[in-house]
Amino acid sequence: MDLTYTPEQEMFRAEVRDWLALHSPTKPLASFDTEAGFAAHREWEKTLSAGNWGMVTWPEAYGGRGCDLIQWLIFEEEYYRAGAPGRVNQNGIFLLGPTLMEYGSDEQKARFLPAMASGEEIWAQGWSEPNAGSDMAAIRCQARREGGEYVINGQKIWSTRAVYADWLFGLFRTDPDSERHQGLSKILVPLTAQGVTVRPIRQLNGLSGFAEIFFDDVRVPAFNLLGEEGAGWQIAMATAGFERGLMLRSPARFQQASRRLVELYRQHGEDRLDPSVEDDVVRCYMDAEAYALSTYQTASRLVKGGGIGPEASCNKIFWSELDLRIHETALRILGPRAELQPDSALLADELGSWLDGFLFAQSGSIYAGTNEIQRNIIAERVLGMPRR
Amino acid sequence: MDFTFSAEQLEFRDALNALLREEVTGERIRARWESNTGWDEGLEAQLLSMGVFSLMFPESLGGLGLGMVDSVLLAEACGRVVLPEPVVETMMIASPLLVDILDRGLGNGSVQAIVDDLMAGKSRIAVSHPINPHLNFAARADWIMAGSGDGVYLLPVDAIQLTARKSVDPSRRLTEIRFDPLPEYCLAQGEVGAALLRAVLNRGGLATAAQLLGLAENLIQQSVQYAGDRTQFGRPVGANQAVKHLLADVAVQLEYARPVIARAAYTVGFSPERADFAVSHAKLAATRVAALAARYAIQVHGAMGYTWECDVQIAAKRVWALISEWGEEGFHKNRIHEWLLQPNALIGPEYTFGRRSLMIPSSDVGQCASTARTTK
Repeated sequence: MDLTYTPEQEMFRAEVRDWLALHSPTKPLASFDTEAGFAAHREWEKTLSAGNWGMVTWPEAYGGRGCDLIQWLIFEEEYYRAGAPGRVNQNGIFLLGPTLMEYGSDEQKARFLPAMASGEEIWAQGWSEPNAGSDMAAIRCQARREGGEYVINGQKIWSTRAVYADWLFGLFRTDPDSERHQGLSKILVPLTAQGVTVRPIRQLNGLSGFAEIFFDDVRVPAFNLLGEEGAGWQIAMATAGFERGLMLRSPARFQQASRRLVELYRQHGEDRLDPSVEDDVVRCYMDAEAYALSTYQTASRLVKGGGIGPEASCNKIFWSELDLRIHETALRILGPRAELQPDSALLADELGSWLDGFLFAQSGSIYAGTNEIQRNIIAERVLGMPRR
Repeated sequence: MDFTFSAEQLEFRDALNALLREEVTGERIRARWESNTGWDEGLEAQLLSMGVFSLMFPESLGGLGLGMVDSVLLAEACGRVVLPEPVVETMMIASPLLVDILDRGLGNGSVQAIVDDLMAGKSRIAVSHPINPHLNFAARADWIMAGSGDGVYLLPVDAIQLTARKSVDPSRRLTEIRFDPLPEYCLAQGEVGAALLRAVLNRGGLATAAQLLGLAENLIQQSVQYAGDRTQFGRPVGANQAVKHLLADVAVQLEYARPVIARAAYTVGFSPERADFAVSHAKLAATRVAALAARYAIQVHGAMGYTWECDVQIAAKRVWALISEWGEEGFHKNRIHEWLLQPNALIGPEYTFGRRSLMIPSSDVGQCASTARTTK
C-alpha cells in the first residue's frame, strides 16, 4: 500500500490542470438537453479531442493516451475541479466504448471509436421498452436478419440524449422464437436512418433529456451487429457493469459537489439553520471521500490485474443516494429561496445550480437499474441469499 | 499509488483467521462468560506462538516489525470472531506506545524489560486513556500505562485501585481505575505526553474501527445464513425483498467503510498530521455499519434474535460496547467538523490523499517515531 502519487502521476495532474485552465469554457454551457447546448457541448468534445483528452484511457490509435485507471481518476479530479462541461457523449465514451473494445471487431473499432472520441458521433442508449424496464429481459423490439441487413421494428424508450444524438446502441430480439435472456443482440443504429422516429420526452426539469424511439422497417447493415448474434444479454451486462461501476460516475463529481456544499454552508454561516444541516454537510463530504477511496481501491486492484465483480452494484446505490443527499442538504441551506429558478445572473450567482442538480438527482436511483434491483443483485450475488 | 494490501499481509490475516475461527466459537465465548477470569489461556498461548504479541515491535527489539496497515487486517479478524481477550489492544495500542517510549528514551530503562516480557508472554500490559472511563481486563494485566491530563504513567497493577463494572457485553471485564499520578510513575508529560496520548487515541480509534468492521461481517454472515435456513410461507425468509434489502444496505455501508479504515491505517502510519481526520472518519464509518448490522441482524432473526440462546447477541453486544470506546460519535464528529470547516481546509477531489506533495515534512513524522516504521 502506498497512498502517494508518483512523480509521473503528479506531472500528469499538472498537465491536465494546465490544459484545462487554458481551454475549459469560462462560463457554463447551456444544458446539453437543448439544441444550442448540445451543439456547444459537441464543440467542447472536439476541443477536448484535439488536445487528445477525449478519453485518456483509450489506446492512442483511437484518440486516447493509453492511461491507466489511476491516471483516469486524476484526470477526472482535475476535470471536475476545473468545472469543465458535462460529457455529452458519456453513453458513447463510458459505456459503448469499453464494450466495443471488448467485443467489437477491428473494423468496428476503427469505424466507431475515433469518431466517438472526437465528438463527431454522439451516442444514445436503446435498452428499455414500455414493457421492459426493470425487467429488461422482456425486450420485444425486433431485428430480423434479411441477407446482409437487419430490419428493425418496434419501440425503445427512456433513451438518454437521443433527441439530438447521431447513433444509438440498442438491444434487440434477433431470434423471434426466443424468450427472456436468449436471442437478444446488440446492434448499432444511426438515428438518421429511414424509418426511425425520435419523439422527445420532457423530463422533470422541463428539458427533453430523453426520448422514445420508433423503428419502422429500419434497415442497418449486419456490420452493425456488436459481438455475436444472440449474445446481446451478456454484452449488455458488461456495459451495465461499466455504467454502475468505475466510469460513468467518477467520485470526483461528488467530491466537487460536496466541496461546493461545504462552501455554501460557510457562506450561510450566519443563518439560523437547522442544527442537523452541519452534520449532513460533513457527512456528505465524508461519504464522497469514501466513494473516492473505494474507487482508488478498485482501480488499484484492476491495475494489478484483478477484476470487478457484482459489488459494482454497491456503487450505484451509494453514489445515487449520496447525490440526493448532497442536493437536499444544499436546498435546506438555501431555505425558502431554494425553490427559485435561477433565471437571472444575480439569482444564478446566489443560488448556483443546486435546484437543477436536485431535480436531476431524482433520476439517479432509477436509471442504470433501479436501486431496488441493485439491492436484489447485492443480496443474491454478493451475499448469496436465495432468489426465491 | 497502490491502494491494495500485499499478498503477505493477506496471508497473515488468513492464517490468524483460520486459527481464530477454529478456536473462538460461540460456545467457547459463552464458557468464558461463566468463568471468573473470562480468559482462555490456551488460546493466548497459541497466539503467542504465532508471534501475535511481537508483531508490532521492530526487529531490533526482537519483534516482527509490522505496522498499522498490517495490523488493521488482524484487528478485523479478531472482531470477526468477537474475540474476548484484548489482543487487539496489546497489538495496536500498547505495543506502539511502548515503542514510542523507547524511541524517545523515556522510562529510564524500565520499559525494555516490560517489552521483553510481553513478547515472551510473561507479562501483560493494558493502556488506559482519559477518553475511556473504563479499562478492559485491567485485573489480568501486570502493568498499566495510564494517561492523566497530559501525563503518561506506568504503574504496576497493584498500585492502582480497581473497581469492577459490568458491561452489556459479558465478554468485557471492565474496571474503573484510580491512581495517584506520582512523579515516580511518570514516563512523560507536557507536550511529549500529549503527543503520546494523541497517538494512542488515534491508534485506539483505528483498532476499534477495524474490529467493528469484522463484527459487521460476522453479523451479516449469521443473518444471511439464518435467512436462508428459516422457512415461512413455504420458502426461505431470505427470499423476501424486504429482508434482502436490509442486508444489502449493510453490505453497501460495509463496502464503503472498508477503504476508509484502510486509509486511516495508512495515515496513522505515514501521514500522522492527517490522522485525526482519517481515524475519526474511520471510527464513524465503522460505527455506522456495525450499528446497522446489529440492528438488522436481530430483525432478520425474528424472535430468535431477541433470545439469549442466539449467537447474534455475542456480536451485537460487542458492537454496542465498542461504539463509544476510543471516542463516541460526538467526539469524532467534532474532530471532523473542526478540520473540515476550518477556513483554509484543503478539500475537494484533488486532496483525497492529503496535500499534493510527494514528501511529508520530517517534522510531522517526528511526532511519533514508531509510526514511521510501519511497513508498507
